Amino acid sequence: MLIRFKGARIVDPGNMDEEQDLLVKNGLVHALIPPTAEDPEPEVKTIDVTGMILVPGLIDLHVHLREPGHEYKETIESGLRAAAKGGFTGVCPMPNTHPVNDNAQVTQFIVNRAKEIGLSRVYPVGAISLGLKGTTISEYSDMKQAGMVAISDDGRPVEDSSVIRRAMEYASGLGLPVISHSEDLSLASGGSMNEGTVATRLGLKGIPNAAESIMVMRDIAIAELTGARLHIAHVSCEESVDAIRHGKERGVRVTCETAPHYFTLTDQAVADYDTHAKMNPPLRTETDRLAIIKGLEDGTIDMIATDHAPHSKLEKEVEFDSALFGIIGLETSLSLSLKLVQDGVITMETLVEKMSRNPAAFLGMDNRLIPGNVADITVIDPERCHVIDPATFVSKSRNTPFSGMEVKGDVFLTMVQGGIVFQRS
Amino acid sequence: MRFEHKDILDIESLSLQDISMILDTAEGMKEISKRPVKKVPTLRGKTIVLFFQEPSTRTKSSFDIAAKRLSADSISLSKSSSSIVKGETLIDTARTLEAMNPDIIVLRHGSSGAPHLIAKRVNASVINAGDGIHAHPTQALLDLMSVKERKGKIEGLKVSIIGDISHSRVARSNILGFTKMGATVTVSAPKTMIPKGIEALGCRVAPDIDSCIDNADVVMMLRIQKERQGSILFPTEREYAALFGLNTERLKKAKPDAIIMHPGPLNRGVEISNEVADGNNSVILDQVTNGVALRMALFYLLAGGSRNADTI
Repeated sequence: MLIRFKGARIVDPGNMDEEQDLLVKNGLVHALIPPTAEDPEPEVKTIDVTGMILVPGLIDLHVHLREPGHEYKETIESGLRAAAKGGFTGVCPMPNTHPVNDNAQVTQFIVNRAKEIGLSRVYPVGAISLGLKGTTISEYSDMKQAGMVAISDDGRPVEDSSVIRRAMEYASGLGLPVISHSEDLSLASGGSMNEGTVATRLGLKGIPNAAESIMVMRDIAIAELTGARLHIAHVSCEESVDAIRHGKERGVRVTCETAPHYFTLTDQAVADYDTHAKMNPPLRTETDRLAIIKGLEDGTIDMIATDHAPHSKLEKEVEFDSALFGIIGLETSLSLSLKLVQDGVITMETLVEKMSRNPAAFLGMDNRLIPGNVADITVIDPERCHVIDPATFVSKSRNTPFSGMEVKGDVFLTMVQGGIVFQRS
Repeated sequence: MRFEHKDILDIESLSLQDISMILDTAEGMKEISKRPVKKVPTLRGKTIVLFFQEPSTRTKSSFDIAAKRLSADSISLSKSSSSIVKGETLIDTARTLEAMNPDIIVLRHGSSGAPHLIAKRVNASVINAGDGIHAHPTQALLDLMSVKERKGKIEGLKVSIIGDISHSRVARSNILGFTKMGATVTVSAPKTMIPKGIEALGCRVAPDIDSCIDNADVVMMLRIQKERQGSILFPTEREYAALFGLNTERLKKAKPDAIIMHPGPLNRGVEISNEVADGNNSVILDQVTNGVALRMALFYLLAGGSRNADTI
């Protein structure tokens, strides 16, 4: 059966930006034809996407699916349902599950489970160190064979510089990139929000920008030393952006991501001890927010990821300092990121680079919309205005600071390997 | 004028008029404590829960005495006697208490924002008796009362606060309270005890104690927590006392009639010398006396006053 996407503007960075009809057959991109062309075959299922934007499937390099171990927060199935609804055809779950994804059995479990579910694709990230303890490195090769794509101790930094050095060396020998959760634990110790005026007023212990940037700088130095591929996760502050820009200028193989909350909100969002505005790294000041936008604009920040971190009410309806860090993001990321295009900060093409092309390249995939490539596709309705309502989420958790926010633009359809995994009715 | 607040959570949410009304009401309450029979029936039949999750002697007794002098029934819960030790969440504990229909819940808690968390979820009035390092509004109000009593006014006064501002809810509430009432506040401490952005609360940061108390009308010393000695905040009590301790010599920088305050308990010989603590200008014990009257006033305004007319 041939599927014809009719009337969309196709935005495929470096390849095309024009109105074409895209044909899908047998799970692959079959052909691109002018909107006026006749159907090439008699049996065609036409999907009218006039006025919409068709892009290569979005990929989220940073999510937490919580399974195995914390299924009351999210399961692989509910997380992938949220991913599909958010326009993501692929996601990279971090290894801080229970048990930790630090061995091929856990990797295999995640990969198999995702295949059974058959929604968005899963590219697991494995642990740098056994048990995320920062001392002994995991069996990267074994995990890679099971489907692991990168290593990270996300949620924790590798404190010992000699361990991260050896991990980078070992991983680079296997062609695996290293994702850094950059945090100096002694500087961040006990903090629950950004250090500054708001924290002082609320009487909450702060986490300074330096707690992040100092580790960004360290890991860039070690990437330079080892020649390894380094990716900095969830960049939140100006000093980190500067350090990465400088590292790139010197030719270090470093990429990075930020998340929508860092270019949308500031620490003012904590206002009345709202635990839905508590995440790590924390929301920063307006100066940092603008620096993040600048980094997206000038290309220093390569990707937008969500750091989708589901937590139940048990962890969020508590005293602010006891609440766990993290917010969900899969179902709000695209709408929040489209604002950058509406505000004229970046073009649609650049947005697609940051949410699809660059993450795909990071994973070593060619996801251009050319005949013969796998049909992983996201269709965006750029005009749909709506109010973010957690009650409509398909994720198991509701921990978002964006409830009630008016946004413009949303996912219309998500296709994985030629199969529709989400379509707005 | 009516007192419209359901809760007393922090100084920020009180207007200048609110504070004046509280201080005036407290002034009227003082006389009750001087009677041979120190009790009025005003809050008879009202229930006040004193829920202290952090150790406290003076604040808790002050609230308890205030409740009893107004004939309210007060019950005390501490961390060890509540179900918190059994793993119950704060919200569940508050809801359980709520189901017994208390009129006021007084909460002392180690986490900043804890009273705000429960105030939204219970019908009872919530009074913050100190939350984390955020706020201690009743202490600030009794301090304002004590200053007004001695100086006849607050507006235009120069107030100095010296000590660990970073970890002090008393300092935060007093900075906000005194500046709101028209005083100017200057703080001083080792740099390790000055939190980032404290100026946004309305105070000035002085580089040393001498310039901080220069020409001051009010000098407030904060307690130095001994357990922080040798930590990264300051090396020794000896060095702290030499740099930031208040003694007779140093006090000469302030106005001759400057009053000395301290929220207690005192570390004599560390942040304050014996001579200064016990001197004529010390109002440290007045603060304690006024604390009872001030808390009676808050109970009255929240549970029996203009919201639910009844006279003393």
